[in-house]
Amino acid sequence: MTEDGLKKIILDIIHDIAPDEDLSDVDPAVRLRDQLDLDSMDFLDIVMELRKRYKVEVPEEDYMELSTLNGCVSYLMPKFQEKGIEASASA
Amino acid sequence: MDADVVIVGAGLSGLAAGIRLAHFGRRVLLIEKHSLWGGLNSFYKKGGNLFDVGLHALTNYVGPDYRGPRRPLQRLSRQLRIPIESLDLVPQTQSSIYFADARITFENDLERMRSEVAAGWPSEIDGFDRLVAACATFPDPTRDRPFVSTRQRLQEFIRDPLLREMILCPVFYYGSACEEDLDWGDFVVLFSSIFIEGLSRPRSGMRPFLRLLVDRFLEAGGELIRNCEVEGFDLEGDRATHVRLRGRPPVRAEWVLSSAGARETLRLANRPAPDIRAGQLAFMETVWVLEEPTWSPGRYADCVTFFNFNEHMQWRAPRVDVDFASGVLCCPNHYAGSTEPRRTFLRATHLAHPERWFEFDPAEYSARKDRAIEDSARRVETMVGPFRDQVVFIDAFTPRTVLHYTGHEHGAIYGTPDKQRSGDIGLENVFLIGTDQGLVGIVGAMSSGVAMANARLAG
Repeated sequence: MTEDGLKKIILDIIHDIAPDEDLSDVDPAVRLRDQLDLDSMDFLDIVMELRKRYKVEVPEEDYMELSTLNGCVSYLMPKFQEKGIEASASA
Repeated sequence: MDADVVIVGAGLSGLAAGIRLAHFGRRVLLIEKHSLWGGLNSFYKKGGNLFDVGLHALTNYVGPDYRGPRRPLQRLSRQLRIPIESLDLVPQTQSSIYFADARITFENDLERMRSEVAAGWPSEIDGFDRLVAACATFPDPTRDRPFVSTRQRLQEFIRDPLLREMILCPVFYYGSACEEDLDWGDFVVLFSSIFIEGLSRPRSGMRPFLRLLVDRFLEAGGELIRNCEVEGFDLEGDRATHVRLRGRPPVRAEWVLSSAGARETLRLANRPAPDIRAGQLAFMETVWVLEEPTWSPGRYADCVTFFNFNEHMQWRAPRVDVDFASGVLCCPNHYAGSTEPRRTFLRATHLAHPERWFEFDPAEYSARKDRAIEDSARRVETMVGPFRDQVVFIDAFTPRTVLHYTGHEHGAIYGTPDKQRSGDIGLENVFLIGTDQGLVGIVGAMSSGVAMANARLAG
């Protein structure tokens, strides 16, 4: 699993939830909320898609960790590695 | 048989809740009493015509060029993963509020209504602008809060009683479950839905619109059972363990979401409902099918007409069979790009008595219904000109029809005035969706289903 692979997984999920958003130049260091029209319900969907597709659990107290793309990668990478998930997977 | 969630009723709230829950891996069983889905916004064929049930307009329009804060329909589209384009909505051309002494025409561009208010009530236009601004900045209207009277609050913006009643007329009809008033938060939502966002219609009516939802539900892994009535719930303490079905084995369920109505759902649980009043707002509706596809061109052009010829705008159960002096008239052919093919459809809806339609014997019922259709036609002709000589088919419903098909007490489409916004009716794992939880209408019902499903998913 590479960082880019994990970013792609996250962006694929966001694309399915919000197909009308332009994801071509999301700045990984900037809060997703500040560059995309995402609300708290959309973040709930991201968490639920992670659970559904990769069986990765994100407890509510950790939602803040997902606020940027970089944050997503550093928070989720250990969880994905633990499960031995490879980046090619795009469910 | 086991399910994570049993949903009672495949109307718009049940379908929306089912899509969310099935999408996120819950085993969902959606039970529909009727042979078709759609509930209070379904469709049927009769006399070679395809009819929608009660569809005048879909509120909360979002045009392809809209750029701005996310609107309710966009939020729904995301939550259900159904693109707005696929709903194939055609916008209204114009609609009007038609009173004995005044008319206001409006379009999906609020400027039209604003200019008509400015022309007819020059001293009220500042108040009207403040009202629009207040609606735009109202904090989360879905939050539970104490009732604030709209009749009172509106006086802070509009001084002229006639203009107040004209603004209230469409809002009552689309819709308030509360006689003679509604909560200010609901008013804000409805005013925005009707006047600021605007009206549209699925190009070919409810059938393809519902098909999208049903397909989405099935594709997400949900199971739909039709022609199957829920007989009741088996309780252990305050927990429903099983849902009993007519002619089928009971289903063990973790959760139950019910669109049957608050009182009706408590009845299924064999529990009393002392604090929840029965709905009083019932309707009679007639659809006339006219021979010509472009009947009366240029004379009557509204998509929807909200009319009132009573001295005051009354929003309460009439003392007579039907209050013909007020109602909603609509003509689906007038939507831009509508595909109503060979005929003109006119649909008129009035408030009806919530009890007496159930008391007549069959012959009396039939005679009264025929008379009501005639009286309604006469009233409509005063607004649109003669059409009765053009009629090739008529269909009508009364509160009795509504009860038969939907099980809603009194045939009261808007349900109880005592809404349970949390969905909670005192049972551990049974929650309301639909009219008695949220707002009425297609968008209101779907939003209710989504919100209640999300509460279960998050919990």
